[in-house]
Amino acid sequence: MAILIDEKTRVVVQGITGNQGKFHARLMAEYGTRLVAGVSPGKGGADVDGIDVYDTVEEAVERHGANASIIFVPAPFARDACLESLEAGLGVVVAITEGIPVHDAMEVMAFARTKGAVVVGPNTFGVISPGKCKLGIMPARAYAPGPVGLVARSGTLSYEIAAALTGAGLGQSTVVGLGGDRVVGLNFVDVLRRLEGDPATSIVVMVGEIGGTAEEEAAEFIKGMTKPVVAYLAGRSAPPGKRMGHAGAIIERGRGTFESKVDALTGAGAAVARLPWEITGLVQERLSTAAGD
Amino acid sequence: MKLYEYLAKRAFAEAGIPVPPGRVVSSPAEAAVVCREIGPVAIKSQVLAGGRGKAGGIAFADWPHEAEARAAEILGKEIRGYRVEELLVEKKLTVQAELYFGVAVEGAARRPVVIASTQGGVNIEEVPEKAIVRRAVDPIWGFRPYRAREVVRRLGLTGNEAGRLADILHRLWQVFRRYDAELVEINPLVLTSDGPVAADGRLNVDDYALFRHKDLPAVEEGSDRERKARSLGLAYVELGGDIAVMANGAGITMGTLDVLQELGGRPANFLDAGGGAGVEPMTRAIEMLLDQSPKVVLVNIFGGITRCDDVAQAVVAARASCGTEVPFVIRLVGTNEGEGLAILREHGLDAYTGMEEAAARAVALARGR
Repeated sequence: MAILIDEKTRVVVQGITGNQGKFHARLMAEYGTRLVAGVSPGKGGADVDGIDVYDTVEEAVERHGANASIIFVPAPFARDACLESLEAGLGVVVAITEGIPVHDAMEVMAFARTKGAVVVGPNTFGVISPGKCKLGIMPARAYAPGPVGLVARSGTLSYEIAAALTGAGLGQSTVVGLGGDRVVGLNFVDVLRRLEGDPATSIVVMVGEIGGTAEEEAAEFIKGMTKPVVAYLAGRSAPPGKRMGHAGAIIERGRGTFESKVDALTGAGAAVARLPWEITGLVQERLSTAAGD
Repeated sequence: MKLYEYLAKRAFAEAGIPVPPGRVVSSPAEAAVVCREIGPVAIKSQVLAGGRGKAGGIAFADWPHEAEARAAEILGKEIRGYRVEELLVEKKLTVQAELYFGVAVEGAARRPVVIASTQGGVNIEEVPEKAIVRRAVDPIWGFRPYRAREVVRRLGLTGNEAGRLADILHRLWQVFRRYDAELVEINPLVLTSDGPVAADGRLNVDDYALFRHKDLPAVEEGSDRERKARSLGLAYVELGGDIAVMANGAGITMGTLDVLQELGGRPANFLDAGGGAGVEPMTRAIEMLLDQSPKVVLVNIFGGITRCDDVAQAVVAARASCGTEVPFVIRLVGTNEGEGLAILREHGLDAYTGMEEAAARAVALARGR
């Protein structure tokens, strides 16, 4: 098992004729993801590395039974692309695009709720269920199948952590990138809930950062979890009022501080690593404790 | 992007929200002219810093010569790091009561929230929660006039005035939508004998939506280097230490700074060169780091989209163009790692594979060891 995506997921790539779309479609196909179609308005009838390209998502669904999409279209057109795949009934929509206006993101998330669909991102590295399906831009060699569920706001930091886990023989069930924007489709709680219910996951690593309240909300949920949680938070040295790269990574009016997140998570029983390379050790420790129970 | 008060008020006026009569001026003589036209005035520095009043950025004048003198005092002044170049000179209001109206993006709930209180004139964070009315808004359905009336009723307001206030709140929602705002505030919304007036306002436009608002003047925030980095499409924040940092990805960059601090080092900056930046912008970025005169430069790359050979080329090019003696500590793994290492070695540089070793080395060098 895994969460969100697995070997049965049938993927359509929106924006497959652009540089990023083409490049990552190839990498995803090489990984073994079932890419069934591409969409690029005005380019219907073309093919990219043997994948048929259509003008609309509905056509890709009709012909190939696609049930998930990954979006690489430029930010000004991304709202339309997201709404299109939701309207077509896809259950999982991964929005890689960075720079989608927050009002557009709010509309997309409200529509997704009415459709009962999941939007991952925007501004995410995507989702990977190692060995089964890769729906994102992450470097495949950092991952291996295994029992660790990993959820992160940031891409590169999570690659670093996944690679260290994999290097220590700790593979992953599913790795989810929430995305760095202020409004994203999945929060920590949404993913923690799924990982808690996933038989293939026995421990969860969450990688958060300053800004917003998602980590504090996660802490409330963790109190009721049966699986152990190890956390790492970036941004201890960040000054207030400055956006640290991600649109959401900002301490505003005293909220979203590093301390409040660490306190909340520690109070909820999560093990919080001070340094990124301490995570692997904490996971090993918690796994052996859990096994000894 | 934060807009100056006068631009926020221009947006309010366009939407039909009453604002005090007045004008933007950049000289004391002009301030006197405005005062002659409209009588007693408030003279307000146009800077992006909060707390202008306490910092001496707001004054009042009853007569033109007084307006000229006060304007001369404020113009050119530094207010919380910003030099005052423009003043908003507008009619002084006789205040009967001060309210707060705002609309903000609530990230966790993924939707806008309308906020109102009868305790205006202070930061809304300082107002007790029981004195605040909050209403979440469905972003597709929008904030309809009947909901504005209900918010105003909950504030305990009735009669004609309540009708006018509900209308203003609904128009504020329209400003929020029209300008792709992250936050729009009227604070205070002043009740006068002539009706409610937006005495001060804030309008923060979503940076990601600026492509839809090309008519807005660019309001530049931050230091010169921060502005330069923004023009290169890079996220950069000045931190004041002596270890310059470039990494790829917001999370790993923040993580690198944290690690340096944990090991006793002082990072000079946050610089995220991620997202597949090419050789050219990365070269400019490293030149900018060297321009801070750091004791050491730490480059920490876990390449996914970012290619290690691009990073290596940028490091070599920037060092050559600056003719620098500053030591570089480089951690380079990921896409095209071998090619990147080869380029570095050709130029007498080397790289670490672990973040821990690289960070420790950078801290030691900064301490002169």
